[in-house]
Amino acid sequence: MGLIKEIDFGTPASTSETMVTLMVDGREITVPEGTSVMRASMDAGIAIPKLCATDMVDAFGSCRLCMVEIEGMRGTPASCTTPVRDGMVVTTQNGKLKKLRRGVMELYISDHPLDCLTCAANGDCELQDMAGAVGLRDVRYGYDGANHVKPTVPNLRGAATAQPQYIPAADAATEACGEAHNPLFMSKDESNPYFTYDPSKCIACSRCVRACEEVQGTFALTMEGRGFESRISAGMGEDFLNSECVSCGACVQACPTATLQEKSVIEIGQPEHSVVTTCAYCGVGCSFKAEMRGEELVRMVPYKDGKANRGHSCVKGRFAYGYASHSDRILKPMIREKITDPWQEVSWEEALTYTAQKFRQLQADHGRASIGGITSSRCTNEETYLVQKLIRSGFGNNNVDTCARVCHSPTGYGLKTTFGTSAGTQDFDSVEHTDVVIVIGANPTDGHPVFGSRLKKRLRQGAKLIVIDPRRIDLVKTPHVEAAYHLPLMPGTNVAVLTAIAHVIVTEGLADEAFIRERCDWDEFADWAEFVADPKHSPEATALLTNVPADDLRAAARLFATGGNGAIYYGLGVTEHSQGSTTVMAIANLAMATGNIGRKGVGVNPLRGQNNVQGACDMGSFPHELPGYRHVSDADTRAIFEGIWGTKIDDEPGLRIPNMLDAAVEGTFKGIYIQGEDILQSDPDTKHVAAGLAAMECVVVHDLFLNETANYAHVFLPGSTFLEKDGTFTNAERRINRVRKVMTPKNGYADWEVTLNLANAMGCGWTYSHPSEIMDEIAATTPSFSGVNYAMLEERGSIQWPCNEAKPDGSPIMHVDGFVRGKGKFIRTEYVATDERTGPRFPLLLTTGRILSQYNVGAQTRRTANVAWHAEDLLEIHPHDAENRGIRDGDFVKLASRSGETTLRATVTDRVAPGVIYTTFHHPETQANVITTDYSDWATNCPEYKVTAVQVSLSNGQTDWQRDYQAQADLSRRILPRVEAAE
Amino acid sequence: MHATQSDLDARTAEIVKQYQSLEGPLLPILNALQAEFGYVPKSVLPDVAAALNISRAEIHGVVSFYHDYRDHPAGEHVIKVCRAEACQAAGGEAMSARLLSLLGIDWHGTTANGKVTVEPAYCLGLCACAPALFVDGAPIGRVSADRVDILVAEVAS
Repeated sequence: MGLIKEIDFGTPASTSETMVTLMVDGREITVPEGTSVMRASMDAGIAIPKLCATDMVDAFGSCRLCMVEIEGMRGTPASCTTPVRDGMVVTTQNGKLKKLRRGVMELYISDHPLDCLTCAANGDCELQDMAGAVGLRDVRYGYDGANHVKPTVPNLRGAATAQPQYIPAADAATEACGEAHNPLFMSKDESNPYFTYDPSKCIACSRCVRACEEVQGTFALTMEGRGFESRISAGMGEDFLNSECVSCGACVQACPTATLQEKSVIEIGQPEHSVVTTCAYCGVGCSFKAEMRGEELVRMVPYKDGKANRGHSCVKGRFAYGYASHSDRILKPMIREKITDPWQEVSWEEALTYTAQKFRQLQADHGRASIGGITSSRCTNEETYLVQKLIRSGFGNNNVDTCARVCHSPTGYGLKTTFGTSAGTQDFDSVEHTDVVIVIGANPTDGHPVFGSRLKKRLRQGAKLIVIDPRRIDLVKTPHVEAAYHLPLMPGTNVAVLTAIAHVIVTEGLADEAFIRERCDWDEFADWAEFVADPKHSPEATALLTNVPADDLRAAARLFATGGNGAIYYGLGVTEHSQGSTTVMAIANLAMATGNIGRKGVGVNPLRGQNNVQGACDMGSFPHELPGYRHVSDADTRAIFEGIWGTKIDDEPGLRIPNMLDAAVEGTFKGIYIQGEDILQSDPDTKHVAAGLAAMECVVVHDLFLNETANYAHVFLPGSTFLEKDGTFTNAERRINRVRKVMTPKNGYADWEVTLNLANAMGCGWTYSHPSEIMDEIAATTPSFSGVNYAMLEERGSIQWPCNEAKPDGSPIMHVDGFVRGKGKFIRTEYVATDERTGPRFPLLLTTGRILSQYNVGAQTRRTANVAWHAEDLLEIHPHDAENRGIRDGDFVKLASRSGETTLRATVTDRVAPGVIYTTFHHPETQANVITTDYSDWATNCPEYKVTAVQVSLSNGQTDWQRDYQAQADLSRRILPRVEAAE
Repeated sequence: MHATQSDLDARTAEIVKQYQSLEGPLLPILNALQAEFGYVPKSVLPDVAAALNISRAEIHGVVSFYHDYRDHPAGEHVIKVCRAEACQAAGGEAMSARLLSLLGIDWHGTTANGKVTVEPAYCLGLCACAPALFVDGAPIGRVSADRVDILVAEVAS
């Protein structure tokens, strides 16, 4: 187990299918046309010296180290910028090239600090490597000339305006009289919490600038000045933290020296081994190398072979792992009789026995169905599978639900109904082939940043973008990307807008009739077409309620229908509505009507929120479905599980989360096992959640931290982080990625072991010794996973389900030869306005979302240095609405709805339309869900987070609820240490 | 006669509008800004970047690359003295030393009365009549010591 050193081919791969054969150093090499000579050589194992080239960005040709000789070409061309040609004969090393390269290196080193032994990049420095590669033995120019290295220069003749670079060294030696500031020297910028910028070590290769532009797409960096004065600058010469830099780390990764260096490496030193694992933040599922020294995590480096992220990362996955070792983490189990008692630390055995007895007693007193559980989309597939198994076979009921209830349950319902599979249709690579993109109810640059960067790259190549969102998200206009159309609809009118788009497509004859006739049920289409063609669905008729200009909507519809490969990406702005499922089906209708399903570059792409929300749904976390989305009423499916589990499975669906809470208030639901979810903060109508939890007799919270839900818990089981366990996560593209244990669980057990021990304390008699055995059981019971096992994941890196006998290589794209359900199903999507209406008391519509640096309820990111970017939730309000209420930027305001009220700070911006306000929900102090209502999706109960009628007014302090809650929380978090039994 | 920020913003918006439709509009816009204000005010650059949909960093990279763009107003008259090879060979260094000492300033400096700024240039394309300089954009060749004296007398008072 050593450090994984990925090969840097110097320039990106060519996708050409035409092959070219050339000779390099007497070896015949065949590569795709368009490959650089540098990459072709590296393909054959010949590493040409280089500094400014790296395969994450295009060739630049500035360092002049990669020169080669090519027969028939004059001079010594740069191998990075020279494409291969058939029959080319290349020499990468001879006397002339050696001399030239040494000369170049001498110039670099004459202006570079010679502090290699104390430099943080020591052991990972390409400049050092290249000095070695070219055999640098001497620097003829010396180190005393003009430089960026030394803070001071000799002060000559007292002349303040002296230009030291033009003064001969001999003069300096004889006439120096003291020291003066070296105008070329700049001190280190340590403003970013995660990395430093040391200009004295910069070799001006521009790799960071190009990574920021080409990979991340933020364009936050530039080369300032010219000639010897050139240096990297963030923004307009400000520090990194105050520039547009989003701290994705692409520049740090690209830097060949210690100029941009992780603070963790400066503090710890170079790692000695690495383990490839999967990020535990969002549904993109980026692959990372956890670079370790012993059991200490030195840094997370995005893995180029990761098929979701292709070597890129965002600030969360790359840097925000500090929560894993945060002092707030609870590492010892705790119990208490009443939620008003302080916590008592106990042994694992005592905690588990206590829980098992409580649960069994509750079932004895109140019936088998009086307890239940919630699986976690933050945990692995194996852990989720175990929790639902514990509930179904151990508790003997189907009272299991998951956080997908409050996010993408409408996706599951809508796509299963129309296409036959509860998942997105594409892989992320598909975006590289798309021509027109609709982004609706999603904010990829903040919520799914690595996908956001891949999308922006495609948009810069010329793909067109349509944004449907009440708010002007960054994608609407950001450097080098501009949406062709932004349809700023009123929150809650998604269905009306999508149906109006369908109206234009159908009435203007833009539907793809050949596709529909072949792949869908024609009669159903005809029925749907008749429905959408009704003039009441026209953009002109619906504009009144949607606020979307009819001309823009018509133009957008035409663009999507006629612009080539059309792909739709959507997020919670689609699902978290009373018509969430209808909206998903309206999206599916649009994709089918325009023939945009079943190949690269098209499709319906839900951007899943949690790292493993897709997996949690796949693993049977819903009360009505066993793993693989098979209904509990299906006797054949039950028989499969009953055979392996040796227990009877209830054939009636269990309770959903909101039903569990209702039943608790009514007194029929008494106990719950919650793994890795903070329902008090994340679920709607906080006061109702609190009442439900308070009414239960045994609330078991299994988590990293004493989260808000734990304020109502009787048992706390410490959780483990993704760094402390083996398992798999399934991302938004159905990709099953391995999670690998890189350190011993600080709490003693990985989460799957805790569930296992709890099950056994309840008498289940389970015997798993490794998560791979759980995966084997999943494969044995679930047809879409039947080909999956750990040996195969080890070999392939990852696989996209379905993976079975019919699809042994997995399924990057779904519905290629036909829909899973047979014929694609068109469904009428009648717009029904939500019951949540504005009125004189609550005249504004509140919608919610996320910000780049924070993640969901913030339990993790708030415990990292990411708070440097977003320390509190802010309320965005249009200048017009702000002025009417006398609110200025930064004012403390009260936000009130029919459900409750809270306070937070306002920021005045025209990102939101008049009448619409927006906030994030990352901070428990704000408790945005005190405001949200208990309206929900008609099909799945997914809460209507995205529309709440509210009023905003100036405030001078917290609300009573905020104060009472804080007092209760403080009281609830008291911990008494464990009393050791007398020997 | 200090322009307020809103004056700068308003005039910048007009200039951007005038050149925005060109292919590669950035340099024409920056040239026009310098012609208008005598320098390229840093405070208007974010607006220009937004209008062209490029980043602030990119525009900063371009402005800082060209020495010709000033970040503060110049004197009433701007003299650009050629310091390239042909002019040096024809006594340009002595000529410029005389010019600077008569004005009492260094390169890039402006006289205390705000009348004259002297900037170096590297080849004005007037090698045939070296040493050469520009006064407010007008070329003057074969600049002898006498001519320097006349020039200073004309522009500096």
